[in-house]
Amino acid sequence: MKLTREEVQRIAVLARLRLTPEEETQLTEQLDHILAYMEKLDELETSKVEPFSDAVDAVNALREDKVTNLPDADAVLANAPDRDNTFFKVPKIIE
Amino acid sequence: MSRAALTLHDAGNKLRKREFSSVELTEAVFERIAGTESKIRAYLTLARDAALEQARQADERLKQGRARSPLLGVPLAVKDNFLTRGLRTTCASKMLANFIPPYDATTVRMLRATGAVITGKTNLDEFAMGSSAENSAFFPTRNPWNLERIPGGSSGGSAAAVAADQCIAALGTDTGGSIRQPAACCGIVGLKPTYGRVSRFGIIAFASSMDQVGPLTKDVQDSALFLEVIAGHDPADSTSVDRPVPLYSEALTGDVKGVRLGIPKEYFVRGMQPEVELAVRTAIRALEKNGAVIEEISLPHTEYAVAVYYIVATAEASSNLARYDGMRYGHSVHAKDLTDTYMISRQEGFGAEVKRRIMLGTYALSAGYYDAYYLKAQRVRTLIKQDFDEAFKHCDVIVTPTAPTTAFKLAAKIQDPLQMYLSDIYTISINLAGLPALSLPCGFDQAGMPIGMQIVGKHFDEATILRVGHAYEQATEWSKRKPDL
Repeated sequence: MKLTREEVQRIAVLARLRLTPEEETQLTEQLDHILAYMEKLDELETSKVEPFSDAVDAVNALREDKVTNLPDADAVLANAPDRDNTFFKVPKIIE
Repeated sequence: MSRAALTLHDAGNKLRKREFSSVELTEAVFERIAGTESKIRAYLTLARDAALEQARQADERLKQGRARSPLLGVPLAVKDNFLTRGLRTTCASKMLANFIPPYDATTVRMLRATGAVITGKTNLDEFAMGSSAENSAFFPTRNPWNLERIPGGSSGGSAAAVAADQCIAALGTDTGGSIRQPAACCGIVGLKPTYGRVSRFGIIAFASSMDQVGPLTKDVQDSALFLEVIAGHDPADSTSVDRPVPLYSEALTGDVKGVRLGIPKEYFVRGMQPEVELAVRTAIRALEKNGAVIEEISLPHTEYAVAVYYIVATAEASSNLARYDGMRYGHSVHAKDLTDTYMISRQEGFGAEVKRRIMLGTYALSAGYYDAYYLKAQRVRTLIKQDFDEAFKHCDVIVTPTAPTTAFKLAAKIQDPLQMYLSDIYTISINLAGLPALSLPCGFDQAGMPIGMQIVGKHFDEATILRVGHAYEQATEWSKRKPDL
């Protein structure tokens, strides 16, 4: 299998990453090299093996649905690129 | 000897006996930082004023005689992927260069509650992705034993700070070896606890099925004392396990009679630096002389672990890092539309290795490739875990090298991602299986670089790996050596 540049471009869109042409070239080569190494796994017959789910057999953790964090909107919004009072301000997404 | 060079248990004892104050100890540590940091660059952020205030409060508690915690008044460093309320947390990424967390990670809150002093935030590979600390978006950290060499990664700053006496001990995280491999590179002790043993709430997520928090310390006793404080159930981390926390320090009896050491034949093959093999085999013989029993074991799927890990870890990372969208926090570029805002914010905010892993993980999870990569890797991961289940029927702990070589030179592997990934060959299986493992010094190579030995335990049996590590440490002097800075 050979990874194509078009495929790298398609994955970059899925990952919401803009890449420069140089990054595309480099990633096409590097990812192809890494994926070729991953093909090692095809040596193993695993159709009867369950996929891994958990290391320590933990059970689903339930807890009461109540607010435990202290309201501190200013501390949270201090990191926001843009805010309006106690709201995050984000780009308009519907016309 | 500077007070900064003390172990956690020595420093704690002297504080409780009031031989010196926490303020004096903290000042000694910051003096040491001032004298060495221009060479090492272990810290991304120093918190001297806050640390001295915490030290004054610790001294109050020490005066009142309410001094039970081994960490009370002790200066500790924290890897910069733990959220620290009010103290900048960058994850060594431009994405979070100015991020001020609104809350503390649970383990940080535990350190504060117990009266520890937080010196600052240590450097790492960006988003904890790397084995050399060179992937930091800000600067690389140097190995205190040789400034031309890497300190290991991703907790390279924490490991270098402990080795250089720039703190008494440090917190790190380990997803594929990120505590153990830098501990080995820097000649200190690093412990990755069992998955679920320590809360991950408030650490910046990388690969959630493997991330774990643990201590980097100057000796094994310190590791046990530190773990006692941070282990335990946290309702805020649904993967943390509700079971009692043993007094690990009481397990350090020095006695290894009858303990069965499993030696996996697959870990002593091709590519290993001969001095590493010799040192680890010599250490195993030393334990045998003290009454431990050697069992040759097999972990037949070892050769597939790197491939499995770099599929599972990148898949999880690509999902976890989707949250960096330039909307609520983090680097943000206001572009012409929403998609461009996402794409350009992420282009500028993430470094090369993070992008590479997001791409690899997105590929492995994408339509048409999910079964061939992600599901296949999770099936082989089951086989890897079963190897350990089977091995532990015949032994109590497994002993291996921590890394195939000692610390390499800066820039030696940065251009070849796959070679860099192979530095984790002995540590990543342990994360895939969720097991606890300790790395401790077991010698030096001819270039004077430390060699690490890894002791792996059964799930939740940190007590036995600490006991074996401690017994070995008592019989040798490696942990006492200091770099000449």
